[in-house]
Amino acid sequence: MSLINLTSITKHYEMGSQVVKALDGIDITVNKNDYLAFIGSSGSGKSTMLNILGCLDKPTSGQYHLNGKNVEILDQNELSEIRNLEIGFIFQSFNLLPRANALNNVMQPLIYRSIGFRQRKEMAMDALSRVGLGDRVDHLPNQLSGGQRQRVAIARALVTHPSILLADEPTGNLDSKTTVEIMQLFDELHKEGHTLIVVTHENEIAQHCHRIVEMKDGRIFNDSATEKATLGVAV
Amino acid sequence: MFFAFLESSRSALAAIFANRLRSFLTTLGIIIGVASVIAVVSVTGGMSAFIGDSFASLGANSLTIQSYTPFEDLMKGIRSRLTPADLELIEKRGEGIASITPILAANRSSQIKYGSQTAYSEIMGTTYTYQDVSQTYTEVGRFLAQSDNQTRRRIAVIGEDVRENLNLPENPINEYVEFSGEWFKIVGLLEPMGDIMGQSRDNLVLVPYATMVSILGNQARTDIGIQLSLTPTAEPDAVISQLTNLLRNAHDLSSNEDDDFRIQTAEQLMEQFDQILGTLTMVIGGIVSISLLVGGIGIMNIMLVSVTERTREIGICKAIGAKSHHILMQFLIEALLLSLLGGLVGLATGYGLGMVIANNIPDFPSASVPLWAAGLALGFSAFVGVLFGILPAAKAANLDPIDALRYE
Ligand SMILES: Nc1ncnc2c1ncn2[C@@H]1O[C@H](COP(=O)(O)OP(=O)(O)O)[C@@H](O)[C@H]1O
Ligand SMILES: [Mg+2]
Repeated sequence: MSLINLTSITKHYEMGSQVVKALDGIDITVNKNDYLAFIGSSGSGKSTMLNILGCLDKPTSGQYHLNGKNVEILDQNELSEIRNLEIGFIFQSFNLLPRANALNNVMQPLIYRSIGFRQRKEMAMDALSRVGLGDRVDHLPNQLSGGQRQRVAIARALVTHPSILLADEPTGNLDSKTTVEIMQLFDELHKEGHTLIVVTHENEIAQHCHRIVEMKDGRIFNDSATEKATLGVAV
Repeated sequence: MFFAFLESSRSALAAIFANRLRSFLTTLGIIIGVASVIAVVSVTGGMSAFIGDSFASLGANSLTIQSYTPFEDLMKGIRSRLTPADLELIEKRGEGIASITPILAANRSSQIKYGSQTAYSEIMGTTYTYQDVSQTYTEVGRFLAQSDNQTRRRIAVIGEDVRENLNLPENPINEYVEFSGEWFKIVGLLEPMGDIMGQSRDNLVLVPYATMVSILGNQARTDIGIQLSLTPTAEPDAVISQLTNLLRNAHDLSSNEDDDFRIQTAEQLMEQFDQILGTLTMVIGGIVSISLLVGGIGIMNIMLVSVTERTREIGICKAIGAKSHHILMQFLIEALLLSLLGGLVGLATGYGLGMVIANNIPDFPSASVPLWAAGLALGFSAFVGVLFGILPAAKAANLDPIDALRYE
């Protein structure tokens, strides 16, 4: 069974008399352990796409099945639960809680699962070590570099063991060296069995992935496997 | 749920302390409200006990007679009076009376002179029994004697403030002071009694009652107060009704007219005082409610600001799985803790204030805050916090995650 199944998804914004079709009829299937990049120029609908996949936003029309569940009929609180259980978000601007240190930021999603402090801390420490930040757990976000902040955000996404990791331009605010490190981390996570969807407009980043979906004006324009995928199959 | 609650409290405290000054200013309304109610409660608690002691010194077996003017008459300029003639009548015809102490006050503040010095003081005519009735004793010299009254001697017993204000020697006995154009020889200096409610009790001149009557004789408007102590076998109620009849006849009151005087036992006086205290407490309670209301609106205002400021944070929390009730609780707990902390600061401030007030009044028992008052004050603060926190918290809880995340 596919992890994600979209049929005829549209998202329209009414701007006065004009209708902006941010998504204009999307059909796509994503399977377990896919490593997928959405690419396309600015304004092509990539972020809108990711927000709908992450159940942050609701489509104007169309069906969305996540893990076999119809997401359409869920209310806000049920969507919160889905985001908490199934989805790990990684944002371009990191979106860490500014007054909480790295550890507390990573523990935050577990609070909504009513997990006790001890276990929360243990899980968060594991996730932080996984991204190589085991020694920075008591730093506040503004005491960390951009790359370190993104690692905290990745740890926060990983800590809940989600079925899917969604990253919207995760390296958009990072220098090239840090970008490579973060992408290597993504490659490792994929090898460990995670499902990753990355939004980017940089080709080098997309080349890390095994499948590239090109978007234009709210439509899917091309959907193809990369060399990596064929290499992976060959091995 | 429980962990979320703990976690909310922790991060609420962090938020409150991150904006220390703002939190303090926000809770000022609650701090002032709680501080004033606690100060008043802690002082009036002591005051009731203090007044109780004072009245107890009058003895259970004593009566006070004073003129009484209904409010409507007061507005028309009519004043009821008790006259020296009434005193004489009671002396002659009253039954069951052990001693009578008249108190005849000159106009509240009279000029008094010694050499070239001038001062203002309360001058009262009374008799030797006043000493026991008001627990006022001399430090130097003697008190008024019975014979002073019979012979209308021009003598005076003065309080410490009068001695000081007139630059009289440490031992003022046998010095002469002048008031109302008459010379009085000082025979006694009273023990200092200190202040009550900022009012000195030592600025006082006592002269024999009969002397005072003769000085004020030309002024028809004298109004005296009378203290009676009863014989051990007398029934207070019986004495009251007998005296009432006596005075009603003397004042020519017809049966449909009310008494123009009041005869009260020490107990009744105390009840009356408690009533005044109760009214005072209610008035202050009203003021406090208003300041709590204002404080609550302040909290609501700052919580609304806080929700706006933290819109993005709210969006982040929702994106990683916070449900509406998590956010609601977060902000509600913050408002609750904010007002509770305000309540605690107010409690401490009010208690400190009460202590300062009580310590500045001699013979006053130290201020104490009854547990119920502390509990009530904190309960009220919490209630205000929750009441005024609901609106901002609901606003936060209902934010759409995607809009909140986009908020700049
Ligand atoms: N909240 C919104 N209101 C109106 N228009 C929007 C909104 N969000 C996105 N859009 C429009 O939808 C289109 C797609 O946006 P987006 O998904 O952010 O593109 P991308 O991430 O590929 O740059 C753009 O034309 C954008 O202006
Ligand atoms: Mg975008």
